[in-house]
Amino acid sequence: MSQTRPAERSRTYADHARPWWQRVLLTPEMAIIALLAIVVLVASLTVRNFATPITLTFLLLDVATLLLIALPMTMVMITGDIDLSVGSMVGLSSVVIGMMVQAGQPMGLAATTAVGVGILGGLVNGLLITRLQLPALAVTIGSMALYRGIAVGLLGTTAVTAFPEEWTTLARANIPGTPIPLVMIVFAVALAAFVVLLHFTTFGRGTYAIGRSRDAALFNGVAVDRTRIILFVLSGAIAALAGVYYTLRFGSARGDNAMGLELQVIAAVVLGGVSVFGGRGALHGVVAGVLLIGVLSSALRLAGVTSDVINIITGVLLVLSVISGSILTWARSVRARPSSATPAQA
Amino acid sequence: MVTPTSTTTPETAAPALELRGVSKAFGRVVALRDAQLELHAGSIHALVGENGAGKSTLVKIIAGLYPRDSGTLTLDGRPVEFRSTADAKKAGIAVIYQEPTLFPDLSVTENIFMGRQPVGRFGRVDRATMRSEALALFARLGVRIDPDRPTEGLSIADQQIIEIAKAISLDARVLIMDEPTAALSGVEVERLFDVARGLRDEGRALMFISHRFEEVFALCDTVTVMRDGSYVSTDPIATTTVADIVRKMVGREVGDLFPKQEAQIGAPVLEVNGLSQPGVFADITFSVRSGEIVALAGLVGAGRSEVARAVFGVDPYRTGEVRVGGRPLPKNSPAAAMRAGLALVPEDRRKQGLILDATVASNITDAIRGRLSRGGLISTTQENDTARDWAQRLEVKTAALDTLAGTLSGGNQQKVVLAKWLATEPTVLIIDEPTRGIDVGTKSEVHRMMSQLAGAGLAILMISSELPEVLGMSDRILVMHEGRITADLPRDGATAEKVMFAATHGQAEAGQHHGSESVA
Ligand SMILES: Nc1ncnc2c1ncn2[C@@H]1O[C@H](COP(=O)(O)OP(=O)(O)OP(=O)(O)O)[C@@H](O)[C@H]1O
Ligand SMILES: [Mg+2]
Repeated sequence: MSQTRPAERSRTYADHARPWWQRVLLTPEMAIIALLAIVVLVASLTVRNFATPITLTFLLLDVATLLLIALPMTMVMITGDIDLSVGSMVGLSSVVIGMMVQAGQPMGLAATTAVGVGILGGLVNGLLITRLQLPALAVTIGSMALYRGIAVGLLGTTAVTAFPEEWTTLARANIPGTPIPLVMIVFAVALAAFVVLLHFTTFGRGTYAIGRSRDAALFNGVAVDRTRIILFVLSGAIAALAGVYYTLRFGSARGDNAMGLELQVIAAVVLGGVSVFGGRGALHGVVAGVLLIGVLSSALRLAGVTSDVINIITGVLLVLSVISGSILTWARSVRARPSSATPAQA
Repeated sequence: MVTPTSTTTPETAAPALELRGVSKAFGRVVALRDAQLELHAGSIHALVGENGAGKSTLVKIIAGLYPRDSGTLTLDGRPVEFRSTADAKKAGIAVIYQEPTLFPDLSVTENIFMGRQPVGRFGRVDRATMRSEALALFARLGVRIDPDRPTEGLSIADQQIIEIAKAISLDARVLIMDEPTAALSGVEVERLFDVARGLRDEGRALMFISHRFEEVFALCDTVTVMRDGSYVSTDPIATTTVADIVRKMVGREVGDLFPKQEAQIGAPVLEVNGLSQPGVFADITFSVRSGEIVALAGLVGAGRSEVARAVFGVDPYRTGEVRVGGRPLPKNSPAAAMRAGLALVPEDRRKQGLILDATVASNITDAIRGRLSRGGLISTTQENDTARDWAQRLEVKTAALDTLAGTLSGGNQQKVVLAKWLATEPTVLIIDEPTRGIDVGTKSEVHRMMSQLAGAGLAILMISSELPEVLGMSDRILVMHEGRITADLPRDGATAEKVMFAATHGQAEAGQHHGSESVA
């Protein structure tokens, strides 16, 4: 098809309205990365023992669970859904490997089964949400209670601690010659996979489209329900995988492992710049968000601050990050409204 | 603050509403520079201009939605300052916005009386009064809409009618209408005009924005032309012509309005057999051949868009079958429809056509993500190149490819939707109101493209409420009435009367016209 138009009518378009440094630097993600850098710097200078290899090791061992679960959660939340059942899935996965190891099954099989349970749990969430057209919030509050209930029901209040020595050491070991735990390799691989999936594939584009307008996404041929189901399955699978790590790291399988973890994950994801309404967010921001929460609590604990106070501080930070978007919009509208500063002359 | 001006004539009185030297910029985009406008009591004033000329921005400044950067706004000669839409409403200004702004979960009645519900005894909201007033408004507009249903799921035309009812019920001195007729078909437009003329005769000041000149000439007394955010001219309608206005708007001559060329008509590409969905449409059978443009005409609410959506797989249907190129299409799968070569330009661009929070580039390339990727991986460069190409072809007015689609003018948003679906290079194009809200220059361009596409073998099904477009563009006209196809008219045998007859009376009995007004 050849469009012939008078030359003077054809327009030209820049790729971007703003120069590259504004696009890269003036984002919520960059704000959170800058904040993370500042907190690390201040903590290193003021908190004794913070800037040490051993602190780094423990910090990373601590946040590994959050980091892993935050990856699929980011995508789930970008579609405008939420998965509140991840903490319970960690607990259920912990119980599954505990019971299988107790029954004499090999660790590898136990871990695979746990991930299988995670996939199943995610599938149940996804199917209930899309088939019955229920809000993800309602469905996953339910499955949060259900999966936790099954976990506690299976193992009662007892704990399984008889895990093979080599597995528990592996979970706590560092990459030889560094203070960085081995589990970070698992995370790095998962991160790379999720970055590609979210930011460089058609599947990722569909994810954003669903969050911005489910109707328009449908008309564009995005398989809306399938995408959402896949994301819940990923969320369940990764939560179960994180549950395996969590159990081995502490060497203890309990039904009440990782209680309330879902709130920490969601807090970190929102802190990292993912919109609670869906449609916007990026993984570098989320990683910074998780690390910020980890660094803050680690530094404050080293400084002798009690955990109640730490919770209050992270809570305040979260509220600030949620409202900062609105504050920005408000500030812009104030700047754009010089005429309304002068009283009306009616 | 309202003082009734009972005996003053428009010539001696100050304008009911006057804007002078108004400018407005959004960041670096200058939407208005030194715009002006005068509305007089007892007069209907037209405002025309190309897509993106700044008409809606002017409306929103009058409505108190946007602050202006400079300039004055006076009502009856007194300067006023609106900080919110409530201020403007209090001053007696009612506005029908270009895009409906309804609350989807609230009922039709509640939407009409939003924020000013009549109260009965003890301050309780008086539902009965509200409901009967809503019914009275609809009777005045000659439409039937259930006042108790939620507005979610209403057609864009019904939504527009609710907006109109809402604005009229304010009983304002100044009524501003931003493309109120874009979604309506002939009958509703006539009703709206009757109501507008009644208000004019009561001494209200009205402003009317439209891209359809026959409406401007039928309704208005005065016309102001804008171009690129600036004021161009104001003339009495009696002393101006369409050609005049178009030249001032576009700055060049615009060719024939409906240049449908002869095309080689081939085998049926889209075949629809006995499609039914209870309560929506029944027994829909038709086919579209390659190279053919088939129009689906009818009144608003006849079920035309619903059929299109069912064919494309966005909506369900109970019985029947859709075939593309001889092969049956699975139900309920837009993705499968797209793979089969179907494209649907939906009627509601803001909800279904566009992702307002996404960039122009990603909107244009959204439906061809698959083609622009390799093994699922997307190349941003290729995305931008494709987007640039299509934006240029349709002359989308935007500064950059990463501008958010929601900030474009209404007509330019429509161009982006068109660009997106044309970019899929379909074999069957279903296009619901292709030129709604599109200015003259681009309209003839869109028609030319459709004609060219048909010439290249595309099968086009066009839903349109504009009779001239239907009659000028199509090889065949299907007319729907209350969910059924009531006429299948070939190009040569079609007249406005036959189409309207089939659209309003059900069975078309060719040659037999009822009613005194349908004289050929
Ligand atoms: N909120 C906004 N942010 C940024 N730019 C905007 C915004 N609103 C309007 N614009 C820009 O201002 C210009 C004028 O837009 P406006 O909506 O007033 O046009 P219009 O004359 O109503 O066109 P149409 O006939 O297509 O409705 C356009 O270039 C548009 O992109
Ligand atoms: Mg407009």
